[in-house]
Amino acid sequence: MEVKGPVPQIPPAVWTEFKDLQEWEKHRQQRPEGDKHSALFEAVTDGIYNFPGGFVVTSLADGFLNWARKSSVWPVTFGLACCAIEMMATFASRFDVERLGMVPWASPRHSDLMIVSGTVTIKMAPMLKRIYDQMPDPKWVVSMGSCANSGGPFRHGYHVVKGVDRVVPVDVYVPGCPPTPDSLMYGLLKLQEQVAEFQKTGARPTPTELP
Amino acid sequence: MTPAVAASQIQERFGIAASVTGAELGVVVPTERWQEFGEFAKRTLGCTYFNWLTAVDWKEQGLEVLARVEDLGAPLVVTMRTRLQPGATHCSTLTAVFRGAGWMERECYDMFGVVFDGHPDLRRILLGDDWEGYPLRKDYAVDTPHAPYR
Repeated sequence: MEVKGPVPQIPPAVWTEFKDLQEWEKHRQQRPEGDKHSALFEAVTDGIYNFPGGFVVTSLADGFLNWARKSSVWPVTFGLACCAIEMMATFASRFDVERLGMVPWASPRHSDLMIVSGTVTIKMAPMLKRIYDQMPDPKWVVSMGSCANSGGPFRHGYHVVKGVDRVVPVDVYVPGCPPTPDSLMYGLLKLQEQVAEFQKTGARPTPTELP
Repeated sequence: MTPAVAASQIQERFGIAASVTGAELGVVVPTERWQEFGEFAKRTLGCTYFNWLTAVDWKEQGLEVLARVEDLGAPLVVTMRTRLQPGATHCSTLTAVFRGAGWMERECYDMFGVVFDGHPDLRRILLGDDWEGYPLRKDYAVDTPHAPYR
C-alpha cells in the first residue's frame, strides 16, 4: 500500500530576507562605545565646566537632572519567568512602586529601566539585547533572581545564559529565587541611590577591577 | 482488541515476542521494519492515537528510538522501540502513518540528532538554527563556552 506523506503548506520563514532588520542591526552595532550622547552636548557642558566658576552651574544642573532621573525611573514591562510574578506584585497596589515614581510602561522607547525577571535562554538573549538597544539613554538594568544573576539552578543546562551580564550591562543584582517584592524594592531603592550619583551625561562608570 | 490478541498478531506478522504488562505491550522492532510496524499498529491493531516519540542515548551501544501509540477505546498501549546501530543516526519516519509524529521527530532530531528518512520538513524546532551539536546526547559538553552569550 502506498502511503503519501503530508505536504507542508506554509513555506518556512527565511529571516535573512528581512533586510530592514539587518540594516537596523548594523546601524546599531556601529555606534561608538562609551558616551552615547551627542558630542555637541558634551562639548557645551565641558566648556561650561572648565570656565572659571562654571562647575557650580554644572554641579547644580547635574544634581537637578539626577534628582529628576531618580524620581522617574520607568521600568519597561518585561517579564521572562516566574520572577515576573513577583515583579507584578511589586508593581501592584500592595507594594506600589508608583510612589517611588516608577510607572511600569509598555514600551521600551519610553523606559529607563529594564528589570530582567527570570531565566534568559540563549534563544531569548538576542531579543533581550534588542529591547535593551531600543531603550533611550540613559538606561539601567536590574538583574532579578538567581537565573538572571548567574543562571541559577539551570546554570549547567545547555540552553541558559549563565548570567544576563553576558548580554547587557547590569547595575543592580537582586538575589533570591524568586526575590520577594521587598527584595526587589530594596534593589530598586539601591538603583535610585546609584542614579543620584550619576555623572553628567550618561557615560557609564568603568567597573573597578577586582584584585 | 485485547493485549493478548494483539501480542499474538504481532508474533504472527513479525515474529516478535511482545512483553505484556496489563494493557501495555512492549515491542522491540528491527529498524528496517519501523515504518511497517507503525502502519500495522495503526491499521490492524487500531492504535490511532500517537502519544509520544523520543530517543535514548545508550552511549557506545548506540541510540534507541521509542514511540508510544495507543488505542484509547480498548484500551491498548503499544510502546514500540528500535535500537539503531552504534554510530548510526538514520531511522525511517512515522509521519506517513501518523501526521502528529512530525513535530516529535523534529524535536528528536533537534535533541538527539536522529535523522528521520522521509520526513517532509526535518529542521530544528526548539533550538536556534545556528545551534551546534545535539544537547541531549551523553557526549554533549554542556559547559563549553560558545560565542555569543554562552
